[in-house]
Amino acid sequence: MMLRDHAIRYGFIVLLFGLIAYFAVAADGFVSPQSAVFIFQSVAITGVLALGVTATLVVGGFDLSIGSVATSAMMAASYVMVVLEQNAVVAVVACLLIGVLVGLINGWLIVYMRVPDLLATLGMMFLLVGLQRIPTEGRSIATGMTMPDGSVANGKFSDAFLALGRHRFDFFIPNLIPVSVVVLLVLAVLIWFFLEYTRFGRMMYAVGSNERAAELAGAPVKAYKIWAYVISGVFASIGGILLAARLGRGDIASGNNLLLDAVAAALIGYAVLGAAKPNAFGTAVGAVFVGVLLQGLTMMNAPYYTQDFVKGVVLVVALVFTFALSGRGKR
Amino acid sequence: MGADAVFRVDGLRKSFGQNEVLGGISVELHAGEVTVLMGANGAGKSTLVKIISGVYSRGSGSMQLAGKVFDPQTPAEAIRAGVVTVHQNINDGVVADLDVATNLTLDRLSGKGVPTFFNPARVRREAKAVADRMGLAIDLKARVSDLSLADRQMVAIARAMAHRPKVLILDEPTSSLSSAEADRLFALIDRLREQGVAILYISHRMSDIRRLADRIISMRDGVVSGVFDRKPLDYEGAVNAMLGRKIHLDRVVARNSAHPVLTVEGLRIAPGARPISLTLGAGEVVAVTGLVGVGKTALAETLFGVRRPLSGAMTLNGKPYAPGSTGEAIAAGVFLVAKDRGENGIVGGFNIERNISLPFHRRMSRFSVLKRRIERATARRQIDELGIVCRSEKDEMSALSGGNQQKVMVARWMAQEARLFILDEPFQGVDISARRDIAAKLRASADGRATLLFVTELDEALETADRILVMSEQTIVGEHRNADIDLERLLAEVAGGPLHSAA
Repeated sequence: MMLRDHAIRYGFIVLLFGLIAYFAVAADGFVSPQSAVFIFQSVAITGVLALGVTATLVVGGFDLSIGSVATSAMMAASYVMVVLEQNAVVAVVACLLIGVLVGLINGWLIVYMRVPDLLATLGMMFLLVGLQRIPTEGRSIATGMTMPDGSVANGKFSDAFLALGRHRFDFFIPNLIPVSVVVLLVLAVLIWFFLEYTRFGRMMYAVGSNERAAELAGAPVKAYKIWAYVISGVFASIGGILLAARLGRGDIASGNNLLLDAVAAALIGYAVLGAAKPNAFGTAVGAVFVGVLLQGLTMMNAPYYTQDFVKGVVLVVALVFTFALSGRGKR
Repeated sequence: MGADAVFRVDGLRKSFGQNEVLGGISVELHAGEVTVLMGANGAGKSTLVKIISGVYSRGSGSMQLAGKVFDPQTPAEAIRAGVVTVHQNINDGVVADLDVATNLTLDRLSGKGVPTFFNPARVRREAKAVADRMGLAIDLKARVSDLSLADRQMVAIARAMAHRPKVLILDEPTSSLSSAEADRLFALIDRLREQGVAILYISHRMSDIRRLADRIISMRDGVVSGVFDRKPLDYEGAVNAMLGRKIHLDRVVARNSAHPVLTVEGLRIAPGARPISLTLGAGEVVAVTGLVGVGKTALAETLFGVRRPLSGAMTLNGKPYAPGSTGEAIAAGVFLVAKDRGENGIVGGFNIERNISLPFHRRMSRFSVLKRRIERATARRQIDELGIVCRSEKDEMSALSGGNQQKVMVARWMAQEARLFILDEPFQGVDISARRDIAAKLRASADGRATLLFVTELDEALETADRILVMSEQTIVGEHRNADIDLERLLAEVAGGPLHSAA
C-alpha cells in the first residue's frame, strides 16, 4: 500500500527525471543551459494557455476556445499595429480586452444561458476562428499587405512589441532567457499561489467539487465560474501576444496545435504528485514534460511527424496514473 | 427454531487489514418473517450485508441457503442462488432513463439464452406479470426519472423480486421516503412476507421497526449483541443491546427565552400559503416538524437567503433582515446545516479540515491569503468538540462513517458564533449515538443564539427541542412547549389538512 502511494505520488516526477537522465546520456548536448531554455521556450505559449484552462478545470468546467482566443489575439495585435498603425501598448491592451470579453461571454453562456461548458466554448471556438478572418478577408497580416479595399497597410510591428518575442535576458550567460519563458514562469507562480493559497482559489476548488455545497457556504458560485473563464481568456490572449511577437506577423495558419497541447499539459498535470485534480504546478510540470520529451527525441533525430503520437502516449499514461492507480476517479 | 431457517450464517468473520469488522456473527432468517437488523454505524451491518450479497468475500465461517452451502463469489451469483439485496441508494437499483417495464425486466436483457433482439411486447408482458405479483400500481410506460423516490423504490424492489428470491435484504429502504410513502413500502413488504420470503430489514427508524419486525437482531462492534423474537418484542432491550448503554428518552428540560433573536412577520413561502409569523429567542432550541414536502426546507432556505419570500418581513437582533444571498445570511450570523449532506454539504475533493473551514475563508485569511495554521487549529478544535472519530484533520471525508460525516457538517457551522443556527434534517442517515452526541452538543452550546431544527421524525424533536412548531401546507399550524406535550393534538396538526386525506 505504501509503495503504491509513493508510485502514485512521485511516479510522474521520477519518470520526468528518468527521461532527462536518459536523454543526457543518449543525446549529445541535451544537458546545457541553451537546451533547457529551448525546452521552456518551446512550451511557453502552450504552457500559458494550459495554466488558463486549468482555472476552468478547477471550477469543473472546460474551455475549448483558448486556442482560437490566442490566434484571435495574435491577429488583433497585428491588425492594430499594421493596419491601424498603433503602438505596442495599444496592441497589448486590445488583446487583453479580447481575452476578458471572450471569457465574460463564455461565462455568461455557461452560467446564465445554461449551455454545457464544452458546447459553449466549442461554439465560441468556431465563432472566433471565423471572426479573426473577416477584417482581412482571410489574408494573413504583414507590413505592406494589400487591404480588401485596395489600399496598402503600411504600419509595422513596433520594436517594443517584437521584443516580447525576441528579447533575451542575461542570466549568467548573456542573452539566455527569452521573455516568453519569464512570462510563463511568472504566470505559473501567480496562478499556483492564487489557486493554492488564496481564499478565492480554495473556493474555486469547492465550486468544482460540489457547486451546491459551495453556494450554501456563502460563495457567489456564478461569479466564480465566470471569473474562471475570464482568467482562461486572459491567459489565452497573453499566449496570443507572445505568438504574435514571436512570428512578427498575423499568420492565419499558425496556432493550430495550441488547444490540444495546452489541454494535454493540464490533464497530464492531474497525475503530478498524485493530485488527481487540476493544479497549476502539475500543469507546468506537464508542459515541461512534453517539452523535454520532444526536445530529446528531436535531438535523437526522431522524425517530426512522430511528435503528436508521443504526446498522445504521454497523455494516456498520465490519465491512467490519475484515474486507475489513485482510485480517485471513481465518482 | 434452527431447523426451519431458510438462511443461516455461522461464525462469520471478516477483517480489513488489522481491523476485525465481524468477529464471529451467527444469524438465522426464517421464511415468511421480517428480521430487523439494528446496529450503530460501524457495528458491521453493511459489511455483513456485503458478504451475504457477494460483494465482499468472507474471512471465515459458513453460510447456508435452504440447507445447501451458499458461497457467492459475485453479486450475480448471490442473486442467481436466491439472495437479493436492495441497497440504500435507490438510484443504484433502477436505470433512470428507461421506462418502468424495461427496468422490471432489466436482468433478463443479458445472459444466456436471451434473444438478440429486443421485443417490446414481450418485455411489457413479462413486466406486467412482475408488477401484478407485487401489486405494483405504477404506469409501466412511465420513465423512471419521472417517478417519485417512493415509486422508484418500489420498482427497485419489484425488480429484485422478479428473481423470485428466497431471501430479500433491504438496506435502510425508508431513509429518503415520507411516512405516507413508507406506508406503501410496508404494504409491499407485508405482501412479500405472506409469499414466504425471508426478509432482512436494516433500519434506524424505530417507527419502521415497530411496524414490521417479527424478530430483531442487534449488533454491536462486529458481534450479535442480542436476538429478540419473543412477542411482544422488547424494543427497548434491542436498542440497549445495540448501544450497550441504558438509553431512555431523556426528557429535555424546556427552557424559556425572553430575549428575541429572530422575528418573522407575515412570511409567505409559497403561492396560496398562509403567512408565517414566529419569534425565536436567544438560548432556546426550536424544532419545526411536519411531513415531507410541507415546506420545511423552503422555510429554512428562505431564512438562509437561498430563496426569497413572496411577502413578509424578518428582523434579526432588532435590525431588518432580508438576505439576498447565502453570503449575506452568513455575514449576518445566520448559518444553515443543509439537509442531505452528500448533495448539499460535503465537498468531496476536500479533507475534513477544508470542509470545516469552507464558509469562513474570509475570516480565516489576511489579504485574501488563507492562514493555514488557523484553519488547522480550528479543525482540530472542532474535531475535539464534536468527538469526530478520525485519524487526523487531513482524512478524506469518504473515509468517515455517515454519523461522523454529519458531525463534520455540524462542526463546520459551529466553528464560528451564530446568531441564528438552522439545521435541516441534521439526523438523517445518522446512527443513534452520533445523533445523541449532536443533539447534546446543540443544547449545550445554545446560549446566546437561536437554534432552529427542521426534523420529520417527531422523536428527534422531542429529544432536542424546548419548543416544537408544526408545519403543514407551507405554513406553521401549531406550537407546543416541550413539557407535558399533548401528543394527540400535535399528531393531529402534523397529519391535518387535505394533504393527509390524500395520502
